[in-house]
Amino acid sequence: MFGNLSDRLVETFKNLRTKGKLSPADIDATLREIRRALLEADVALEVVKLFTTAVRDRALGDEVSKALNPAQQVVQIVNEELVKILGGEQRKLSLAKQPPTVIMLAGLQGAGKTTLAGKLAKWLKDQGQTPLLVAADLQRPNAVNQLQVVGERAGVSVFAPEPGNGKGDPVRVSKDAIKHAKQKQFSVVIVDTAGRLGVDEEMMGQARSISKAVDPDEILFVLDAMLGQDAVNVAKAFSDGVGITGVVLTKLDGDARGGAALSVASITGKPILFSSTGEGLDAFEPFYPDRMASRILDMGDVLTLIEQTQKAFDEDEAKVLAQKLATETFTLEDFLDQMQQLRKMGSLKSMLAMMPGAGQMRKQLENFDEREIDRTEAIIRSMTPMERRMPKVLNGSRRLRIAKGSGVTVTEVNSLVNRFEQAAKMMKTVARGGTPNLPGMPVGMGSFGGSKAAKSKTKKPTSKSGNPAKRAAEEAARALGAQPVSDSETGSGSAFGLSK
Amino acid sequence: MAGLLFWKKKQPAEGASGPGVESTANQPAAQATLDGTVERVESEAVQLPRRNLARGVRSLFSKVKFNPDNLDDLEDILIQGDFGVLAAGNIVFEVKKRAKLTAAATEAELKQILVDVLVEAMDHPDKSLNLDGSKFPYVFLVVGVNGVGKTTTIGKLARWLTDGEWNVVIGAADTFRAAAVDQIATWAERAGAKLVRPKTEGQDPASVAFEAVEMAVQTNADIVIIDTAGRLQNKADLMDELSKIRRVVEKQTAITEVLLVLDATTGQNGLVQAKAFADSANVTGIVLTKLDGTARGGIVYTIQQELGIPVKLVGVGEGINDFAFFDAQEFARGLVS
Repeated sequence: MFGNLSDRLVETFKNLRTKGKLSPADIDATLREIRRALLEADVALEVVKLFTTAVRDRALGDEVSKALNPAQQVVQIVNEELVKILGGEQRKLSLAKQPPTVIMLAGLQGAGKTTLAGKLAKWLKDQGQTPLLVAADLQRPNAVNQLQVVGERAGVSVFAPEPGNGKGDPVRVSKDAIKHAKQKQFSVVIVDTAGRLGVDEEMMGQARSISKAVDPDEILFVLDAMLGQDAVNVAKAFSDGVGITGVVLTKLDGDARGGAALSVASITGKPILFSSTGEGLDAFEPFYPDRMASRILDMGDVLTLIEQTQKAFDEDEAKVLAQKLATETFTLEDFLDQMQQLRKMGSLKSMLAMMPGAGQMRKQLENFDEREIDRTEAIIRSMTPMERRMPKVLNGSRRLRIAKGSGVTVTEVNSLVNRFEQAAKMMKTVARGGTPNLPGMPVGMGSFGGSKAAKSKTKKPTSKSGNPAKRAAEEAARALGAQPVSDSETGSGSAFGLSK
Repeated sequence: MAGLLFWKKKQPAEGASGPGVESTANQPAAQATLDGTVERVESEAVQLPRRNLARGVRSLFSKVKFNPDNLDDLEDILIQGDFGVLAAGNIVFEVKKRAKLTAAATEAELKQILVDVLVEAMDHPDKSLNLDGSKFPYVFLVVGVNGVGKTTTIGKLARWLTDGEWNVVIGAADTFRAAAVDQIATWAERAGAKLVRPKTEGQDPASVAFEAVEMAVQTNADIVIIDTAGRLQNKADLMDELSKIRRVVEKQTAITEVLLVLDATTGQNGLVQAKAFADSANVTGIVLTKLDGTARGGIVYTIQQELGIPVKLVGVGEGINDFAFFDAQEFARGLVS
């Protein structure tokens, strides 16, 4: 059927890019496509209307007609307007001057409040805070229980004086929790409330009472990224009914494009502070409007990728690696290490999805078998240390032995060795400051989406850190991240077993 | 209609004495045992209490006056009900065509046309649950993404069946989410159903499902309902896990019904969900939950058009009785009223 928002916009802009001059009719045709794409991405109708009007006004103005490349200018405008709606600049969680900081979570049933409470607590704890989770969802069967388990996993205390399942008063529990937190000197209190419908007056009243009782510094509205047009009603109801200060977007690891994020940010005018991207306690990150807009426009989320790489890679190790790459001492052993480090960053699929142009290779991504990496690992592990260091010694009989040892065919061993040699060559180029064939890396706005012409051009890396260690990590990240993308697009072999 | 008739296993000792039991038309049914022989099982028709869509669906068109000139406006309103751009366009096209043909001019006539168009598209011959007495125990598998209301739905279904004196076993195969087993245990207790728990934390869900069916066979239960962990449809390994649960259960007996639970607030991603779950779990029906909010769940229209999967049940609240059988007429009238 239809692709998602970024696929659609890329398709639309493809036509636009080929034109030197834009007529009002061109702009209207484009806006129709954008409208449709946004609606299919679940952006609420009234927000779509506001958005397309704003884009149209600007697109018809001087800035476009005077621009050297009008089409690129429209793309720029769409991008800017998206960022504007998504909350402009990123805002940080506001902490109280006088602890404890009180954070209240609110949202519909099943939005992911309890899971999020755990993630937020873990994140705050990692920042040196001492969070306390408060079980104020006394409605849903065993919500209290769930929060206790989540708290235990996060290594955070849970305040749960009531068993829940319809028993106990959430307002009282919340009030007591603040007292408890002051006594025991917790620095942050996170109040998990029951899921409620915006039209449920009684429950909304209860949420107001909780809010009154705890006087929160932040009331975070937890929003399911899969939400449809109803996002507008829900956002209004919670904004008017409880008064929210920020939004958290959950289930962003699904394939919903998250148009609801646009709707809610636009309707409430409140920033999106965090996004949650998986079921693990660490699948949680600050929300960056500009990155989300880039993601929507299919420009890739390179910044997040680099950050994740830095988190997973030891900086010293990265330095050594960069050194090795430059001096041609990169071996299959390092290759194996690399693969294991990549693993630490989470699934390859989710990483690849952040690369520019990923929208177009989404199908390939979906078919990608993570077990392919297991097989590659098995092959390398079946080699002797000498073979790993000097793949040149691999003759026929050695290859046969390795194939038998790892349960694959000799052909697969051959193809791994070939891919390794290619990869090593490519990485050498990167390490020496050149750029490998990297389709889809954005230079300005014009080349996103992996344009064919961009492939042969040499481009500057996207960012260079002043800190040498950081720069090495970034370079390594680029080398690692780049390889699978270029290979699956060109269809040649792959360094990481992406041969399909 | 006072109630709905379904076939359950005849309990030889009790006979037909329980409340809600209306007729005892003995319907012999064939049941294959594990060694392959076919055993005749006595079944009886049982009346189950009817659950009502008490509050109904909120009207989507309350703010608009229908007249032959503003029919294009309906498109935007349908889009706001999550019908999607394509479906909304098609519906309005059809309504305009018929309005022209019949020269409909009054608001009532035009509304009736819209209702007809919706009902024709959404009425499905297989809208009831498959409880037709061919095989015991019936096996229901309940699947869906995270947070749509799978566990709550199972609680409601189980209570409804035990109200009709059915012998219900629930398999707690959501071994992933924190405290999910406790949550379903609370519902099982409220509903008076037996529960098969995982023996260890994080046990393979397929083995829990297997044990639940095994227990149902041993204890002569009528039906086993298997709860599964919520999973996002783009996670291939989790979707494979569902296929595995299916395969493992089918080693013992056929699966009667695979219910995909869909949150009415879900937008266009609902279709993607339905496709993915249909592929790996063979979905036979949809449960549309949280219809008591402001969302209308228009995506089910497209799902039925594209995939032919009917909506069977709707959830309208957190109470144990808050569900109803889906009725296209009722749904369309509610929307258009």
